[in-house]
Amino acid sequence: MAQISADNHGLRLAVRYLVLILIALIFVFPLVFMMMSSLKPDQQLLADTSSLRAFLPVGDISLDNYRDAFARAPVAIFVMNSVIVTGTTVLLSLFICSLAAFSFVFLRWRGRALLLGIIVATFIIPFETIAIPLLLMVSQLPWIGLDGIEIGWLNTYRVQIIPWIADGLTVFLFVQFFKDLPGELIEASRVEGASWWQIYLKVVMPLSGPVLATAAILKFLIMYNQYLWPLIVVQQESVRPVMVGLGYFFQLNTAWGEVMAYLTVITLPVLAFYLVLQRAFIASIASTGVKG
Amino acid sequence: MRHATLAGLLLAGTALGTAAAAQTEVSLWYHGAGNRGEAETLDRIVTDFNAAQGDWTIVVESFPQASYNDSVVAAALAGNLPCVIDVDGPVMPNWAWSGYMQPLPIDEARIADFLPGTKGYWDGQLYSIGLWDAAVALVTRESTLETLGLRRPTLDAPWTGEEFMAALEAAQASGEYDYALDLGMAWTGEWYPYAFSPLLQSFGGDIVDRSSYQTAEGALNSDAAIEFGEWWQSLFADGLAPGTSQDPADRDSGFNEGRYAFAWNGNWAATATLAAVEDAVFLPAPDFGNGNIIGAASWQFGVSATCAHPEGAAAFIEFALNDEYLAAFSDTTGLIPATPSAAALTENYREGGALEVFFELSNQQALVRPVSPGYVVAAKVFEKALSDIANGADVADALDAAVDEIDSDIERNGGYGH
Repeated sequence: MAQISADNHGLRLAVRYLVLILIALIFVFPLVFMMMSSLKPDQQLLADTSSLRAFLPVGDISLDNYRDAFARAPVAIFVMNSVIVTGTTVLLSLFICSLAAFSFVFLRWRGRALLLGIIVATFIIPFETIAIPLLLMVSQLPWIGLDGIEIGWLNTYRVQIIPWIADGLTVFLFVQFFKDLPGELIEASRVEGASWWQIYLKVVMPLSGPVLATAAILKFLIMYNQYLWPLIVVQQESVRPVMVGLGYFFQLNTAWGEVMAYLTVITLPVLAFYLVLQRAFIASIASTGVKG
Repeated sequence: MRHATLAGLLLAGTALGTAAAAQTEVSLWYHGAGNRGEAETLDRIVTDFNAAQGDWTIVVESFPQASYNDSVVAAALAGNLPCVIDVDGPVMPNWAWSGYMQPLPIDEARIADFLPGTKGYWDGQLYSIGLWDAAVALVTRESTLETLGLRRPTLDAPWTGEEFMAALEAAQASGEYDYALDLGMAWTGEWYPYAFSPLLQSFGGDIVDRSSYQTAEGALNSDAAIEFGEWWQSLFADGLAPGTSQDPADRDSGFNEGRYAFAWNGNWAATATLAAVEDAVFLPAPDFGNGNIIGAASWQFGVSATCAHPEGAAAFIEFALNDEYLAAFSDTTGLIPATPSAAALTENYREGGALEVFFELSNQQALVRPVSPGYVVAAKVFEKALSDIANGADVADALDAAVDEIDSDIERNGGYGH
């Protein structure tokens, strides 16, 4: 009887792994296709799409598409711009939004529930509806730079960063996480004479690894994939991000191999970022039920 | 002596610096980012212009074509337009009407011999001028014509609608091809009105009523338009042409690989076709009763309404109209140079050149798309209607719905200034 049960357990495990492997393959296939296609000349790439060869490094393999992609567009500049914009926004967002959430959860002040409700309600406003008013506003905003006061934020990093630092989703994630922290910790810290700033910095944030990872990854993906906003506020190649740069590769006769090479290059920062934070991200999903 | 040399160098440097500083910057936006050949040619023109005079320095900023129009509209809203703007011919009336552009202050005698499709007029005034035009042709193989026993059509004696359909049916019956005709349904956006509205016009319909530009009623849903719609639908229903689900890769390579007998394609793809297909021939559009017609007007240069130095912008545009540069652009892009004299300087369009036929196709068949600010909306409505009809929608209903949508837009915009 015990033997049969063990067999069943083994079978269930095998089936489970088989299903998981199949699901993993479904998610990995597009990436494999992209990477393999980036190594093939256009004609072979198109011919291979109808067979499993599309997922294999077979045929006339070379790095020519990468060379040509870098010759067609300033790929390194685009990637650097996106990394700067995304990295800065993520860091500032984690700081500002966690501070806001800390205030909503641990401090007692009039109207905080209403304000939190309003911030959370901004979820339902599509960015497209505020893009033009926001454009008109940032085009007239002053800025104090090295050359003194200048008007207009267009064609800068700041116009791609500042409007995206604070958002309802990130605040909401932190609020939900902070609510689950033991209240005794905060009370004990207060009794010991810690300031609110010390509690935020030395008690709450060290416990917030999972939500920091989740918020960072979600924000990273949103920022790295930005298209509409940089399209309308950036008119100079020197500050153009990767997604707008993708348009460089869609000419009348599209060079698909170069497209795949470009996509592979711009995917690398995303993969690297996710791999660094994946353990904390998974822990966050497991502990808070937040879905990425 | 050493001090004297140093002083001389400093003086020379100061003089050069003063000359450079005297030049006023004039910004130019271009739609061809990522197109190396175009970029090199434009850079050459700009470098030559900047060196040829001392008043202006052109500063180029390039944009990806797919998002260029959105960037310009956003810049217009933000008050951030450049001086020289690159504008797609059929879009120009909208930008002029919207106040993004000002009339182009150049001597029109200078462009007397330019192809008609390269001149952008709105409200009786020249707003833009193109260095090239594009043309569409019916592409096939000489061997296909021979095998199927088909007459080779000419500009003077194009295929009639019946001859065209007989050619397609013969190709289909031969069993040699996946499809008889590749219309390029995988290409969306402006391709639809550019490539297909001339076929509608050949039937006797149009996107809007050009006598007033106040309605599409009686043009897009006329009997002739319905006849066109039914013919259009039959191409897909009868399996003569791949429909809207066509893979873009098939569009790129299908004809060259021999899977399509005929392709309706632009001259920008012709050099690749000639490289792949030894006996490729480019035929004029068929005549469905109201002439053999193709679209016209490609990218053109104009001056923005907010340009502080329109004379500098116009000076550059006039400079760029030299035959030498028209030919250079044509050799780079494969597009048709704007003048016969420039055509004679090109690889492909000179007498005996591989694409010579396109110059006359453009000269004799071309009809600009409706010259109206409302075209940008009508074009999208037209695209959707054709796509719906190709997918089996009722022809009359689809065209009536399109007419309603276009008319509503015209009404909402107060007639678009016509």
